[in-house]
Amino acid sequence: MSETSNRQLAVGDRVVHKEFPPISRHKLALYCGASGDHNPIHVDLDFARAAGYPDVFAHGMFVMACLGQALTDAVPPPRLRSFATRFVAITQLGASLTCEGHVAEFVEHNGERCAKLALTTRDQNGDVKLAGEAVFAI
Amino acid sequence: MVDHSVVGRSLAPVTAHVEPGRLRFFRETLGEQNPAYTDAGAAKAAGYAAIPVPPTYLFCLEMMDAEQAFEFLDVLGADLKQVLHGEQRFTYRAPVMVGDTLRFEPRIASITDKKGGAMTLAVVETKVTNQHGVHVADCVRTVVVLNKVAA
Repeated sequence: MSETSNRQLAVGDRVVHKEFPPISRHKLALYCGASGDHNPIHVDLDFARAAGYPDVFAHGMFVMACLGQALTDAVPPPRLRSFATRFVAITQLGASLTCEGHVAEFVEHNGERCAKLALTTRDQNGDVKLAGEAVFAI
Repeated sequence: MVDHSVVGRSLAPVTAHVEPGRLRFFRETLGEQNPAYTDAGAAKAAGYAAIPVPPTYLFCLEMMDAEQAFEFLDVLGADLKQVLHGEQRFTYRAPVMVGDTLRFEPRIASITDKKGGAMTLAVVETKVTNQHGVHVADCVRTVVVLNKVAA
């Protein structure tokens, strides 16, 4: 069972932590098809260069999907009330992502007692790619 | 520059089906192994009537079944080479599961120029309802338009 259901939470607790393998061109091609986001900038090097980028780069929503998976590994899916991110920087090809979430505060949401997590996704250099938050019922 | 008069305009509504095969392709691409998303029995034990969708999949469903996935670009007068995804928010109100048919109703909620007009933030809010008329989620997308600055 998910760890959040088994113990008392406190502000500052790290409840989300997951690492993902390096992002390959193949992975971005698969995500293009699987997500319905056919923007060529993520899979077609010619198009990316014409737009002024040195190479293709990850879909922001691919990175958010990784963060979402890390989140629901820790929080039972039916308890999730909201999930939001800012796309802070472009995630480059080959990036190895680490997703983390800490308890930021406890809040009341539609009459439910909830915890708000502060979320980040960083690459192998420690650079923040996504910063966000999630609210879940406790 | 983006025309501010488009604020409040509705984009074409999208009807999307949560199909098990497409959902499996998404899960496998992401390496999803959580039984709540992969196993009907585990999903039922978690309180779902059928396998639910992962937290970002609503965004995908809307794009997959839209007749013009990039209609918002036409409304903003921008092209794919000059936009980035700035922010994304999901608010979950009721479960979304395999077998559901969803209706997405997007509208342009705001347009804000930044950095002396070098960029524009466009917010698209989308209400999502299911086949029973239940309001299941809201999606809010912020699109960053990198404006072509005159030389």
